[in-house]
Amino acid sequence: METAFIIETIVKILVVLGLFSALAGFATYVERKVLAFMQRRLGPMHVGPYGILQVLADGIKLFTKEDFIPQGAVRPIFMIAPVITAATAFIAMAAIPMFPEFTIGGYTVRPIISDMNVGLLFVLGVMGIGLYGPLLAGMASGNKWSLLGAARTAIQFLSYEVVTGLSVLAPVMIVGSLSLIDFNNYQAGGVGNWLVWKQPIAFILFLIAGFAETNRTPFDLLEHEAEVISGYATEYSGMRWGLFFIGEYANMFTIGFLVSLIFLGGFNDLWFIPGAIAILLKVFFFIFLFIWARASWPHVRPDQLMWLCWKVLMPIAVVNVVITGIVMMFF
Amino acid sequence: MSGLEQFQDRNVSQNYYRVKIEPYPKTPWEKFKRVVRKSLKPDLLIGLKITLLEMLRFNIHTIQYPKEKLPVSPRFRGIHRLLRLLESGNERCIGCGLCEKICISNCIRIDTKPDENGRKIPTEYTINFGRCIFCGYCAEVCPELAIVHGQEYEYASEQRAQFAMKEDMLTPLDKLKEQKEYPGFGAPTPAADKLIKKTPLAY
Repeated sequence: METAFIIETIVKILVVLGLFSALAGFATYVERKVLAFMQRRLGPMHVGPYGILQVLADGIKLFTKEDFIPQGAVRPIFMIAPVITAATAFIAMAAIPMFPEFTIGGYTVRPIISDMNVGLLFVLGVMGIGLYGPLLAGMASGNKWSLLGAARTAIQFLSYEVVTGLSVLAPVMIVGSLSLIDFNNYQAGGVGNWLVWKQPIAFILFLIAGFAETNRTPFDLLEHEAEVISGYATEYSGMRWGLFFIGEYANMFTIGFLVSLIFLGGFNDLWFIPGAIAILLKVFFFIFLFIWARASWPHVRPDQLMWLCWKVLMPIAVVNVVITGIVMMFF
Repeated sequence: MSGLEQFQDRNVSQNYYRVKIEPYPKTPWEKFKRVVRKSLKPDLLIGLKITLLEMLRFNIHTIQYPKEKLPVSPRFRGIHRLLRLLESGNERCIGCGLCEKICISNCIRIDTKPDENGRKIPTEYTINFGRCIFCGYCAEVCPELAIVHGQEYEYASEQRAQFAMKEDMLTPLDKLKEQKEYPGFGAPTPAADKLIKKTPLAY
């Protein structure tokens, strides 16, 4: 039993690592295509049919590029920083139940690497540690743009960590558990039971904070080309740069899974759609939303970002928690 | 409106409109009201709608360049061509040297000699395309419409020698049938005959 469990966990880890690395690559292709279509362009067209092998070409390029470390950089930290980003992005996935249970040859598989009772806390905490990747990368690069990017990372991630935590607190109060499986089970039984109807404000706040945590367009201050060249990633090249982006896309998937699980019914069956496909549809909708917002909206200034976080979103989140508490106490 | 008149018409402001700029809020309460108003307006959703509609309409404007090319204006000043007379196949160039004289970047060189009929012909005609700025003076000044600008714009080369070949510019004898009367830079306009005025000699 013990050996079986270890083997099962290792297989799950390998599947999650491989699958989400590949999905991150594929997401870059989808992002370029969707952005192009929204801007009346064609996007990548030359490598393979409709440019579908562009991912492969990019991968070969990233792997074979010189791993360049600038002279003024702090070598060990500069080298370890991208690993932190990618690793935390994947570690956060350990506590996310991706699919409903299924059976292969009489053996029941639970598609979650570790079903801990504080799963949500673990995911948010590990994603919070992910801030060390860009922060250390920027500070170790010995470059002004990187340093500015790192400073922005620190303020943005730390501030929005507060909004994430507070906004998710109200659903946690309602469900009474931090396990994502409990969240999922709480919403079993159709669209009417989804938490988004009970907590619409928390849903919107969590989504906004998700954009900030994954460093997506309305809040892509860390590496905005027009302002800070490439932010913390200015000095990076090759696969170390690639690791940052695998981490970013993995985080996008994590946020997609989190939002689907917490607010949108998770992997419960949706009408005639089986649960596994339902959650995939939801996650892909959120990935599409990330890309869609990038095509549609300009990004905000750093001062607007902080203003939005501390003067708008955080008070709303606190009021939401208080009102939820009062309603739960008296009704 | 036709001809030159449309260029002389400078009344371009007819389609302009004044952008309404609301007064900047002064008190904190006004600022707060503006924030609420702007937050609750569906501007962000309208932005999303526009991009989604563009995607669904799939109205792609990309030209896949090496495979597809945009048509070039007839007045485009590309690589020069030396034309021949359509009937005889003789070179049009009479070796007058005007193009050599007018060329502002000094990149045209002509060598001439009288041929057996006593007609002056160019033995050498080179344009250093590495120096040519494609101003079009040579085509404009040519009295015989012999040196004209072609439509070709892909003329990168590794060899400087390839920037100056007379053989490349001159219409080959076997392709004389395909040589078209040049409508572009330096050629008389289609209505040139009508535009000519009689010299007022009857004073």
